[in-house]
Amino acid sequence: MLIFLGRRVLLAVPTLLGVAAIVFLLMRAVPGDVVTNLVGLEGNVSVERMAELRRMFGLDLPVHEQFGQWLAAAVQGDLGSSLRTGRPVATDLALRFPVTLQLTLSALTIALAIAVPLGVVAALHRGRWPDGLASLIALLGLSVPGFFLGILLILAFSLELRWLPPAGYVAFSEDPVENLRHMVLPALSLGLVLAAATTRIVRSSLLETLHRDYVRTARAKGVREGTVTVRHALRTALIPVVTVVGLQFGQLLGGAVIIEQVFSLPGVGRFALEGINLRDYPVVQGAVLLIAVAFVAVNLLVDVAYALIDPRVRYG
Amino acid sequence: MAEVAGAPVRGARTAARGRAREAWSRLLFGVGGIGAALVLVASVAAVAAPWVAPYDPLALAPADRLQGPTSEHWLGTDQYGRDTLSRIVHGGRASLSVAFASVAFALLVGGTLGALAGFYRGVVDGVVMRVTDVLLSFPAILLAIALLAFLGGGFVNLVLAIGVVYVGPFARVARAAVMTVREEQYVEAARSLGARDLRILAAAVLPGAAAPLLVETTLRLAYAILAEASLSFLGLGTQPPTPSWGMMIAEGRRFLALAPWATVAPGLAIVLVVLGFNLLGDGLRDALDPRLRGRGRA
Repeated sequence: MLIFLGRRVLLAVPTLLGVAAIVFLLMRAVPGDVVTNLVGLEGNVSVERMAELRRMFGLDLPVHEQFGQWLAAAVQGDLGSSLRTGRPVATDLALRFPVTLQLTLSALTIALAIAVPLGVVAALHRGRWPDGLASLIALLGLSVPGFFLGILLILAFSLELRWLPPAGYVAFSEDPVENLRHMVLPALSLGLVLAAATTRIVRSSLLETLHRDYVRTARAKGVREGTVTVRHALRTALIPVVTVVGLQFGQLLGGAVIIEQVFSLPGVGRFALEGINLRDYPVVQGAVLLIAVAFVAVNLLVDVAYALIDPRVRYG
Repeated sequence: MAEVAGAPVRGARTAARGRAREAWSRLLFGVGGIGAALVLVASVAAVAAPWVAPYDPLALAPADRLQGPTSEHWLGTDQYGRDTLSRIVHGGRASLSVAFASVAFALLVGGTLGALAGFYRGVVDGVVMRVTDVLLSFPAILLAIALLAFLGGGFVNLVLAIGVVYVGPFARVARAAVMTVREEQYVEAARSLGARDLRILAAAVLPGAAAPLLVETTLRLAYAILAEASLSFLGLGTQPPTPSWGMMIAEGRRFLALAPWATVAPGLAIVLVVLGFNLLGDGLRDALDPRLRGRGRA
């Protein structure tokens, strides 16, 4: 198990390097260069100030040295400072990451709470109306953009019924109840879309295992049908679900960027978008890097979880 | 030599034609037919927008602002009095053209890379797969947002930002399909008869790999429309005054309580078109490979 873990962690290193390289190169992809662009916004700026800015970005060095320096600093948690506020990007990210994490984890919980029962019902009633209904719901869920779903939820629960706040954020440490009230709609908007995709996977995965020999054996031994479904079939069926949900969690991090915008949640995604609007490049770079690294980390965790659930993977 | 090498290839084609006829009927009489209809209506409306739309999508009419549905404005008007239905019809042009162009880009680049990787294996395979791994290490929408943030907006950049994200998936599908097909007897036959690599790839391997690529293309179009809408909603996609569905939602949102129609109608347009592509993609997959019928999508 330790060898497997070690190998898997080592495999993540080239991926992380690639991710870092892309994030780094993005800043160099700006037409003209970053400094000319920034200066264009501010109007008259002296040549000396431009040179100073270029030095600040390290743009006066050869590219590979720039990458080396930037990477060395990033590994130590130094992501540079915001061009607007002068605050270290890492500090702001640390403040905002919990918001994104709470949003995505709540969404994931909602998705699983809906998808597993719905997928099981669909699989057990294959070809009959519960299956059809579940498939229809799943298909609709896959076709609705999360931000539009969010707006529909605001329309229904905030503007019409006035049950929940339409936007904003209250820290959990300040007021747990208000925190949850502000989190319900964003988490639903993000979670329902994921629930749709997951329902389909639970259904197809369970259908496959329900026909396996060991499930038939359990039935032949006289084990009750409910027990067979849950203990024998579903346990195996959830293994591929873990992988796919893990991958989907990465997409949740991306979706959170938009949902945070819809509900004015001060998370990493909104931070990145604010950075984009103000051309605050270090902020954008830092936020994108953080989300991408979180994505790689989640995939790593999924692989490890996979090995824990299914011993075949470890020795494969 | 080339003529002899063509014989087994033609045999494979005849068999494929029989299967194709069966697949068509399965597709059109299933849910795929509904999907095809939705996609067709949206595409025709987008192409014929200037003739179909009842009003000029940019014509301001301050007196008629923020109306609900009336006999004159079927889907109401926005905050400048512009006709929502006309803007949706024209907005379809932006959404669909970006979606088609970005998926075509990804199919071309990803499909080619994947096919080469699957056909030659070895070093080519290793390099292509590592690159797609890294591309897939970003949440799709985040990579697109980041690219647009640094490259700036505009049609070409929008197409690239959305398309680059899908290069990885297409490369994987093409690679897997080519790897399955390249071991088939008719490919081996063509090779033993001395056909060159390129001819084997084009005439024998690619037709066999076409079905999964077609399914992937249809489903990716659904994702691409969602992506374009999301990016335009954030203000990074299609730029005003050109109407696009995502942007209409972002604009209408500020008047949600006063005029929900201006926001809900373009949203429904997105849902219907994406649903259309999803149904069509599922229908195609079932039709082309009955073994996969009713299976979920990973």
